[in-house]
Amino acid sequence: MNNSLLVVLIASGIAYGTPLLYGALGELLAERSGVLNLGVEGMMLVGAVMGFWAEQRVHAGAALTLIIAVLAAAFAGMVMSAIHAFLVITLRASQIVSGLALTIFAGAAGLSSYLGSDLNLADVPANHSFHAIFPSSMQSWPIVGPIIFGQDPLVYASWVLVAAIAYYLTRTRPGLNVRAVGEAPGAADAMGINVVKYRYLHVLAGGALAGVAGSTFTLAITPQWVSGITGGAGWIAIALVIFAFWRPELCLVGAYFFGALQALAPELQARNINLGPTELWTNTIPYVATVIVLVLVSWRGARRRLGAPAALGVPYVREEA
Amino acid sequence: MATITLKGVTKRFPGVVANNDVDFEATAGEVHALLGENGAGKSTLSHIMSGLYRPDEGEIRLDGVPQVFHSPRDAIDAGVCMVHQHFRLVDRFTVAENLILGDRRGVGRKFQLDPGAVVEQVRTLGERYRLPVDPRARIWQLSVGERQRVEILKALYEEAKVLILDEPTAVLTPDEADTLFETLREIVAEGRTVIFISHKLNEVKAVSDRVTVMRAGRVVATVPTKDATPQSLASLMVGRELDVTKRRRSGVPEGGAVLEVQDVWAPSYRATTSLKGAEFTVNGGEIVAVAGVAGNGQRELAEAIAGLRPRTRGTVRIGGRAVRNGDPRHAYRAGLGYVPEDRLGTGVAPNLSLSMNVELKSHRDGTLGPFLRMARMRERAEAAIETYEVKAPGPHAEAATLSGGNIQKIVLAREFAGNLKALIAASPTRGLDVSAVDTVQRHIAEAADRGVAVLLISEDLDEILALADRVLVMYEGRLTPVERRDDVNRIGVLMAGGDVDDSPANTAT
Repeated sequence: MNNSLLVVLIASGIAYGTPLLYGALGELLAERSGVLNLGVEGMMLVGAVMGFWAEQRVHAGAALTLIIAVLAAAFAGMVMSAIHAFLVITLRASQIVSGLALTIFAGAAGLSSYLGSDLNLADVPANHSFHAIFPSSMQSWPIVGPIIFGQDPLVYASWVLVAAIAYYLTRTRPGLNVRAVGEAPGAADAMGINVVKYRYLHVLAGGALAGVAGSTFTLAITPQWVSGITGGAGWIAIALVIFAFWRPELCLVGAYFFGALQALAPELQARNINLGPTELWTNTIPYVATVIVLVLVSWRGARRRLGAPAALGVPYVREEA
Repeated sequence: MATITLKGVTKRFPGVVANNDVDFEATAGEVHALLGENGAGKSTLSHIMSGLYRPDEGEIRLDGVPQVFHSPRDAIDAGVCMVHQHFRLVDRFTVAENLILGDRRGVGRKFQLDPGAVVEQVRTLGERYRLPVDPRARIWQLSVGERQRVEILKALYEEAKVLILDEPTAVLTPDEADTLFETLREIVAEGRTVIFISHKLNEVKAVSDRVTVMRAGRVVATVPTKDATPQSLASLMVGRELDVTKRRRSGVPEGGAVLEVQDVWAPSYRATTSLKGAEFTVNGGEIVAVAGVAGNGQRELAEAIAGLRPRTRGTVRIGGRAVRNGDPRHAYRAGLGYVPEDRLGTGVAPNLSLSMNVELKSHRDGTLGPFLRMARMRERAEAAIETYEVKAPGPHAEAATLSGGNIQKIVLAREFAGNLKALIAASPTRGLDVSAVDTVQRHIAEAADRGVAVLLISEDLDEILALADRVLVMYEGRLTPVERRDDVNRIGVLMAGGDVDDSPANTAT
């Protein structure tokens, strides 16, 4: 039963979907505060390379090394997002231009690849990587075994994070404040909510999560460093936020759906099932969907209907005229 | 017992002194009107009281205690709340969530949210002050009048001692305004202070106990309302005698039908109402006014006639010639002039010079191929500046650097040039100061005297009474004619949607 196509797809969809989920949650935090960050792909790559670097350089127990590596990845992503935050919040630059620039600067042909080769990280096997933590007897339980108990700690952490972010946004005062900042910064400011502070904090938190998203590739999925390892996952994460109507619990569903699509082609091949050029469409669907969604959100009316924060992408200038 | 006192307050902005040595006092239990033209400094003063600006000199006292406000929040904490013209509400939040937002004393202080906890409070406040509103409704579901109630509720929830309202009636029907006035009386009856900012003399007469008049950044006078007449207040505002009663045009409309609108329907793109079957005729030399609260389809009507918005049904004729649907240039060629309500965004190209702006419509006439005739453009602009008394450094000044009144004069100069047969003027004097209003209204009246058919779309009843030969009222996309042009009560009833004829096409000729 645990080898049935559906169970395998769900289990590996969760594994492959986890970087998408982290990236989407980070982007969601930034967007809820009104800042669009198209630099997710770049931040993920820098997180991926720095996480792997820390894993190579830290000589401690497996668990401690991996924790330090994830923290390093989060920090690297946060540093990258700080550039974006400074440009778009303080200097009020165009969020689209700044985000794209960040991805180009840090992306596959930029900083992350340079760091990868300069730190001699390419083609090096990982010393440690994240593995399933439950005993193999539990992992072989029917259905829930591979899906629930066969995952690595980064997956479990992401589940906790989804619940925490959902609770934070809908049930807490700071969550209400950040939603106000993303919907109507003028109103929030008049009520004494520090718009700049909230935006900085959420963009930085988003950057940290993007860094963690990158490290899931180099510390769990692959696990090694290859230039451009994320392969556009950052873009899919941005589109996911929109698919999910800016709600964390739906980000989870979407991430696992796209993750399962990625797992579909190799799985069909392994089972000698021939559905024509499966790889072609499973690999292109996420990107085609991303392009469609990104075009959609640039159209104002649709944005409103989908539930986008009303002030998304708009720099805040205190009205003083 | 003085509640709020300002002493020697001065606020300078680059190039202007917005408030110059202002002394102001509003006591507990009074509605104190702050009257002045646009640019007189009343908004700046209110922003100083509500903590948005810090004065360069002078001090604010609350019950005799000096205050320093670093932000609107400080002012709110001290008990000074302001209801802005543009509401500071989060559209997607519920009424209750909006009240909790930024609340530092009540239930909003807790880390965990509980909007339910304020629901009862909203109900009680609403009943006590005649501000009924559903605490669980989302702001975007509410009408403009209801949103204003939420703003006032929010101030009361914050236990405001001083409530400042910036032109609160601009968005209300006459009936809603009357209800607001009653609410304000209730609020001051408990010893609170209301500061009511307005440039409408009748309102100030109706609601206030005392009036402070501002002009050019200074306080000109503070008088008890019962001792003031609209005329005396107006001359204090403007600094000279001005006839505020009525300007009736000398000419009598005599031309035949010039602008014919038949069963015109047009869609709406935003939260406003679509246009549903407009039907009327404007004769040459006649001014027909469309009254109504903004957002009831006026913009759709103007744009459908001007060709800026495609009509889904119906025809428009100018001088007997059918105007092509969705083709503004065709309408202009047929003799239509259009003064749009959004004068800076639609009326002019803000970053172009005055000469470019004056030439915008006619630059294709008698051209040198693709080249502009720079000399002719400059001459025309200079002529426009002189004829319309535009205060501008010269034809090369960028339009955006001019004041609203001067921008409107440039728009008039452009629209009145050439072969003008019909004119749509949408809120042509909104936000202008009294003397600019005077100039703009005079030019519109003169155009009618020359035989132009004028469609005046306005929210300002005084303006309509002063200019219009006939009045149509617009409500939810439909037009209803008013039999007697000066029947103000009837106009008010129709504006509020009472007694509207249900048939889709209301004949107004």
